[in-house]
Amino acid sequence: MQYKSQAVAMPYFIAAIILFVAQILFGLIMGLQYVIGDFLFPEIPFNVARMVHTNTLIVWLLFGFMGAAYYLVPEEAETELFSPWLAKLMFWIFFLAAGATVAGYLLVPYATLAELTGNELFPTMGREFLEQPTITKIGIVIVALAFLFNVGMTVLKGRKTVVNLVLLIGLLGLAVFFLFAFYVPDNLVLDKFFWWWVVHLWVEGVWELILGAILAFVLIKVTGVDREVIEKWLYVIIAMALITGIIGTGHHFFWIGAPEYWQWWGSIFSALEPLPFFMMTVFAFNMVNRRRRNHPNRVATLWALGTAVMAFLGAGVWGFLHTLSPVNYYTHGTQLTAAHGHMAFYGAYVMIVLTIISYAMPLLRGRTAANSNKSQVLEMWSFWLMTIAMVFITLFLTGAGILQVYLQRVSETPQPFLVVQDQIHLFYWLREVAGVVFLIGLICYIASFFVGNKDPEHTLEVSNTTT
Amino acid sequence: MADDTTPPSTITRERYPPGDLAIWIFILAELAVFAVFFAAYAYTRMNHVELFNSYQENLDRGSAFINTLALITSSYFVVRAVAAIRDNDHRHCVGWLLAALGMGALFLIVKSTEFAHHLGQGITLSTNTFYMFYLSLTFFHFMHVIMGMVILAAVAWKASQGEYSHSQHTGVETGASYWHMVDLVWLILFPLVYVMR
Repeated sequence: MQYKSQAVAMPYFIAAIILFVAQILFGLIMGLQYVIGDFLFPEIPFNVARMVHTNTLIVWLLFGFMGAAYYLVPEEAETELFSPWLAKLMFWIFFLAAGATVAGYLLVPYATLAELTGNELFPTMGREFLEQPTITKIGIVIVALAFLFNVGMTVLKGRKTVVNLVLLIGLLGLAVFFLFAFYVPDNLVLDKFFWWWVVHLWVEGVWELILGAILAFVLIKVTGVDREVIEKWLYVIIAMALITGIIGTGHHFFWIGAPEYWQWWGSIFSALEPLPFFMMTVFAFNMVNRRRRNHPNRVATLWALGTAVMAFLGAGVWGFLHTLSPVNYYTHGTQLTAAHGHMAFYGAYVMIVLTIISYAMPLLRGRTAANSNKSQVLEMWSFWLMTIAMVFITLFLTGAGILQVYLQRVSETPQPFLVVQDQIHLFYWLREVAGVVFLIGLICYIASFFVGNKDPEHTLEVSNTTT
Repeated sequence: MADDTTPPSTITRERYPPGDLAIWIFILAELAVFAVFFAAYAYTRMNHVELFNSYQENLDRGSAFINTLALITSSYFVVRAVAAIRDNDHRHCVGWLLAALGMGALFLIVKSTEFAHHLGQGITLSTNTFYMFYLSLTFFHFMHVIMGMVILAAVAWKASQGEYSHSQHTGVETGASYWHMVDLVWLILFPLVYVMR
């Protein structure tokens, strides 16, 4: 750690991991409810479990992104953070608001939560993924503004690098597009249309900039490849991500009542969305092959490469599977969507946050470069357990989805939704088993922070033999 | 002006591909987007030949031809700009780039009047499939002309500041490569959308 103020990243990373655990536990509860319908009913109904599962995911990724920014922006800008105390204050506001919101979801019925938080004064609740009470949403905006101010001022007073610039544009976009969460038109078509401006333009737009910037930062650090080379790749990747991703929003507009031309626009542009992810994979492996040093934090490099591969598979390939409108006509809203959602979120965003945590945490905890061998080996186990479990979750959901599409929509005697669900039970059981393996991986991940702390770390080996 | 002490310019001409490798990856990706768009156009036209043929009549082929000449000429000017900087001739490099920018501006003006004409007739993306493709393809290309002009303007600015030379002019070649791509796409778009039937 080169700057003292980078230490504010630590609580953000810890909060991210705590919420990650909550997300997985609720995922497992929900996975079980797929096959044992009344499991934990009425204490935790399915809709509540789902809301907690998706909301904690989004919030812990936001904690991760903020932690990443507080860690890497000062180092890139070569100056202390503009205001460490503001970062700490915002952490507690955000953490308490997130905790109170999750408690609200679990303790009172959703309608009561809406009443308690004065939703009728400014109604924004009730939309998928944006279920947070209006006051929580306002809290998120305040935290985001303070965060952007803090990070922006740091960039302004220090060295301007491409990594910081791209990260800042991504974070700015994240804040701007969240504002559409406050726009709830009465017209259902417009409501859905602009809802996607938050949901899609986050994950297939500005978040990709954040992903690219964090990946570039870690690759610069672990490979020692010239910054200029990495920055050039970053430019090309984000340009392609934006060209395909922004108009690619159209793949959500096929069946909601938007004009017909979106069938073409959405299909054509989103069909090319895998391109930037493919470039990212080529880029990451290319940089590691051209490395000028063997960084002792091997597991951070593993996470970085894993991010590139899994993001390409999950977001790119699994997204492409059902992005063309004639295909989506049959697959829309089936388990194929769930398969894509799981691997894309894990591959792109979960893994990039775990990459930066893996790189930064040893330094934040006072080590020179990396954790002990013992800790790293355990973390590698967690990498493989979680990643392979996620591959299987995706494959089982894909199987369930293909069968569902056939039985419910393609066969000559289409069957009703619930009848079909009964017939794909086996896939849901297999998915739950894979989910348990994922949890074991997560336990190993957390354990890796507590083992081998007294063991020595490797020293940095500089090797100029590889080109 | 050319510097008499400049070594022969053939030395730098051997590098292939010219410009930065990154721009070639970007160019390939851009061409992929257009290729998919053209393929979708061809496929849809195949199923609606009469609709496409009859509405094609409404397009202004004269303007499109002027624009084709404008872009080909601009590409020639860009070639001259690269040749000038290879001879260490900053002044002519900037001059040729500005001329290319002028041709780009001419393209934008002609195309804008075409768009204004169609919009004035109440034609939108939802009018029919032909107009959906015509407006989408030409507008997407229009945005690329603007993008290319921004790149050429940046290169011209740097050239005027003396940042390129006989031995270091990757930036000029990079900008030129992108501009040729913009031109190339139009050379496919023009016959495909305006002429072929």
